[in-house]
Formats: sequence, C-alpha cells, structure tokens
Amino acid sequence: MAKKLMKGNEAIGEAAIKAGCKHFFGYPITPQNEIPEYMSRRMPQVDGGVFVQAESEVAAINMVYGAAGAGVRVMTSSSSPGISLKQEGISYIAGAELPCVIANIVRGGPGLGGIQPAQSDYFQATKGGGHGDFRLIVLAPATIQEMVDLVQDAFDLADIYRNPVMILGDGMLGQMMEPIEFKERPAVELPDKEWATTGMGQRQKPNVVNSLFLDPQKSEDHNLNLYNKYQKIEQQEVRFEEYNCEGAELILVAYGTTARIVKSVIEMGKKEGLKLGMIRPITLWPFPKAVFAKYVDSAKGFLSVEMSTGQMVEDVMLAVNGKKPVYFYGRTGGMIPTPEGILERVRQIIGGLK
Amino acid sequence: MAVLFKKPAALSSGTTHYCPGCTHGIIHRLIAEAIDELDIQGRVVGIAPVGCSVLAYNYFNCDMQQASHGRAPAVATGVKRARPDTIVFSYQGDGDLASIGTAEIIHAAARAENITVIFVNNAIYGMTGGQMAPTTLPEQKTTTSPYGRNIATAGYPLRVSEMLATMDGPAYIVRTSVHDIKEINKTKKAILKGFKYQVEGKGFSMIEVLSTCPTNWGIAPVPALQWLKDNLLPYYPLGVYKDTGEDK
Ligand SMILES: Cc1ncc(C[n+]2csc(CCOP(=O)(O)OP(=O)(O)O)c2C)c(N)n1
Ligand code: SF4
Repeated sequence: MAKKLMKGNEAIGEAAIKAGCKHFFGYPITPQNEIPEYMSRRMPQVDGGVFVQAESEVAAINMVYGAAGAGVRVMTSSSSPGISLKQEGISYIAGAELPCVIANIVRGGPGLGGIQPAQSDYFQATKGGGHGDFRLIVLAPATIQEMVDLVQDAFDLADIYRNPVMILGDGMLGQMMEPIEFKERPAVELPDKEWATTGMGQRQKPNVVNSLFLDPQKSEDHNLNLYNKYQKIEQQEVRFEEYNCEGAELILVAYGTTARIVKSVIEMGKKEGLKLGMIRPITLWPFPKAVFAKYVDSAKGFLSVEMSTGQMVEDVMLAVNGKKPVYFYGRTGGMIPTPEGILERVRQIIGGLK
Repeated sequence: MAVLFKKPAALSSGTTHYCPGCTHGIIHRLIAEAIDELDIQGRVVGIAPVGCSVLAYNYFNCDMQQASHGRAPAVATGVKRARPDTIVFSYQGDGDLASIGTAEIIHAAARAENITVIFVNNAIYGMTGGQMAPTTLPEQKTTTSPYGRNIATAGYPLRVSEMLATMDGPAYIVRTSVHDIKEINKTKKAILKGFKYQVEGKGFSMIEVLSTCPTNWGIAPVPALQWLKDNLLPYYPLGVYKDTGEDK
C-alpha cells in the first residue's frame, strides 16, 4: 500500500478501524480531539460503525465496558485529566477481564496542567491508575508508523489476554504528521468470545460480566488468576528497541517522543567521542527488564530521559538493581527536552564517571 | 393438574439475599414475568447496579453485566449500541441513579437510548447501611441525617420522573409503587410496556418504582408498606409522566 501523510491522532483512529474496531466512545479534550473528530467522520462510513460522544469520560469508559462485555472491538481515547476520570471504569474492565483499547495522548499535569506534550502519566499507566491489583498492557510508540502498527496489535493483545491495553502517546505524537502505511497483517488466531453477553439465544447458561467477588477466597482466586495472566504477559509480550548499546559507556533510556530526541543526542555525542546507547521500551508494562542485564556489566551507568520529573527512572533502577548508577534528566509541564540539554547532562555524568 | 402459579423462566432458582419483607424481590419477579410474556429471554442483557441489587446478576436467568456505581445507563448504552438486537434493561437504586449517576441517566434519556430503566426508589441507601439518599424525604431520619433531613443544609429531594418527563428524549416515564396488590399489578403493566416499547424500537423508558427498605427504615415489613403509602406517595405522586409511544 502507498504511504499516506497522516496526523498522529487521525492515524490512531484509522488504525483502529483497520483493526476491526467499529465502536468508539469518547469525550473532547486537547490534545486528542482529532481522534473523536475523526471517528465521528469515519464511523458512519463503516458498516455497523458506532460513534457516541459521551457526556463525560466516566460515561465513555462505562460505554466501553458495556460494548466490550457484549463482545465487540471497542476503543476510547482521552488525555490526562480525562484518563484520571476513567480510572474506576478501567479497573472494572480489568477486573471483569474485558478487552478494549484506550489511547492516552498525554499532556502536562497535575490538575488541569497544560495542553503541551508530557510523559507524566507513566506511573498512572503502568502502576495501575485505578484501584486494585491489576495491570494494563501499555504500548508506547515513538513514530506515527509505529503508532499505527501498535494500535492494531493492541486490539489483538486485548482479545488474546482479555485485558485493557493502553496506547500511551503524547501531544507531540498526536499532533504531528508523518508518512504512514497500513501494512498487510498476518492473521492472528484469536480466542472465541464465548463469555460475551449477547443475549442467551440458544445457550442454556447466562453469561455474566462481573468483577464482584464477595467471598474473600473466591476474590483471592480471581486475583491469582489475573496475576498468572500478567506473568504470562510479562514472559511473552515484552517489546523494546536497543540502539548502539554494544560498547556504550552510558545507556540512555527513553520512550516515545523523547526516544527520538535521544537518538539525535547519540549522534551528536559520537562527534565528541562519547559512546552512548539507548534502550527504548516499547511496552512500558511489561517493562523490558531483561535487556538491562545484558548491558549492566559493560555500561558504566544508565540515564533515564523523560518528559516528567522522573517516573520511568524507578523501573530503570529496579531493572539495574543497584549494579550501576542510574541518573535522570527530564523536562516537564509541557516543555520538551532539547538535544543540547540532554547532551549537557550526559557530559556531566560521563565527566563524573571518569 | 393446571399450573396456576410458577417461577418465571427469566428468574433463576435459588434464594436471594434481600432482607425479609424487602420489595426488591417483588420487582425482580415482575421484570422476569414481563420478559417471559414478551418471550425475549434469549435476547435480554440486564445491567445490575451497585446497591442492594448488585447481585441481581445471580437472580435473573438471562445475560447480565454488573456496572460501577451509577453508570448502568452508560453500560446499557454500550451493550445496546454494540448489539442492537438485544433487549437491554438497567436495574438501579435511587443512590445509584439519582445521586452518583444523575449525569448518566439524564444523558441516556436525552440520547433516547432504546433501553428500559427500572428505577427502584426506596428513599435511602440500603446497601451501605441506611444513609441519606437524594430521594430521602425532608425530616426523614437516616444514619447521615440523624436529626432528620435538614433542607437548609441537605437540600431538597430529587423527583427524577418529573425531571426526565420535561425532556424530549424519553418515550415513556412512569412512577409506580409496590405497596399493595393493585399497585403491584400496575407496576407489572408499566414494566411490560417499557420492555414492549424497546422491542418496538420506540426508545427510552424509565419505570420508577417506589419500594420499601424495612431494615434501614427501621420499620417491620407490613407497616413499611403503610409508611411508603403515607409518606412517599405525597412527595412522589404515582402516574404516567410521559408516554409518546401510545399508538394514536
Ligand atoms: C464509587 C462508589 N461510591 C460509593 C460506593 C458505596 N455504595 C455502595 S451501594 C451505595 C448506595 C446504594 O443505594 P441505592 O442506590 O439507593 O440502592 P439500595 O441499596 O437502596 O437498593 C453506595 C453509596 C461504591 N460502591 N462505589
Ligand atoms: S437493606 Fe433495605 S433495600 Fe436492601 S435488601 Fe434490606 S430491606 Fe431491601
């Protein structure tokens, strides 16, 4: 298929439709408005397509719960404050083991924050922003092409594991335009949704979509089942990119937009004789812990670069497990780190390591 | 021998956890009878709320979803939009529908979602132990209005049927009660109509049913029926508030 120039947010919408998602429930918030706008335009052109502008993010996520429970591919999108409102619903969706895709085009916070790009919802996305012992699969694209591919993967992952999947982008990825291609995708074998509430029809036993377990033993059993599922996801679904890590003195760790900036920093560093590498987590959960073990002996340290005051850095520390120093550099509140700013921090660290 | 009385097929066997004399059980039965009479059991998806009827998914013999507190109309919307051939009902208490879920019920009604809402108004929070509800009467004592609901600080009760009847969206809005046989029969007819309208694609209906909570009112079951009649009926008049679906 020929390449097409598309804005990130619109590409998310089209990728979802290409993945067979015919149900979208959303609510306006900058910088993701182009997603519901695009869906409102496209869904009426899709056979059976449904677009509803909900009265709030709370209602939107509960519509997602209902539709996912009825067994269809369904998506919602929002940005930080709206994602906060969705948290109870996301927890219910995880508890009831329903598949769905949620896009968070992150903006600066806390509170109303700003509308510029940020990565300050990392904790919320990866540590369970809602209540209870659950995990979201969190995918962090760095380009619009990767976003398109990951959105389509997200629906498969959601169906395979009966789990909500979050696409964690930022305002920059949502707003910029890049050439993309909707690739032919290999057919994936997906489990039947025999649990869905579609009306009993000829079925003898009712299907029930539920996350309530009043008996603590049953509740523990349910939680352990979830835990086993999460373990399986951790074993099977980790994704990351490593760049120039072989022989790197300092390994930078970055995801999404920030990873693109870090790549330029690595090239700039080369000219000064700095040996820099990068680990770019693509799945923020499950976090790519194992790849750190590969370089923990050869590298002298790790530097987490984020658009926050330091969130992913905690996972980097856990992965490095005290074997080497872990540093942090970030800009926050909607400010984007500059290559010069990062390089300055790199020089400082390397100077100290010598 | 002719069978005069039997359990509706849409009701599952087994006992409920409702307190003795609670009228939630009667309302469940009326819904199940309506489902049987319309022969729609295989198409129904019910939405259970958070409240005493949270376990309704165990009591109805049809597909069910359990929704978060107040969001049943949004969940019902999701199901109905995903599967337009299903018959979707939500079953909600007054805390669920008239307090935390006011936005969801109003907007589901405004969108004229083709669903049937059963709104059980017992003027109190049953499940959490008898706190004040948005429907609690002025001067009514609850665990969070121990001196009686003080209008000056706690505001006025909400009359949801009257509110929704002012809107363009709904097809059928009615308030009924289950305090005696006559009213139970009327409630049955109203529920039947609500489901029938959905089957016919006429749109949103809400059947508000005045119900008792003997446990948290602190009144024995039979006097509780009388209390409902004496106290709730004057504040919440029974009757049809809107009916656009009647064939003219
Ligand atoms: C978000 C959230 N807030 C509060 C609660 C606690 N809670 C459970 S039931 C309930 C009130 C139920 O009262 P009502 O809807 O009137 O139904 P009833 O129990 O009287 O049938 C509340 C506040 C909850 N489960 N979830
Ligand atoms: S607490 Fe009240 S509403 Fe709940 S089951 Fe008991 S009597 Fe019924």
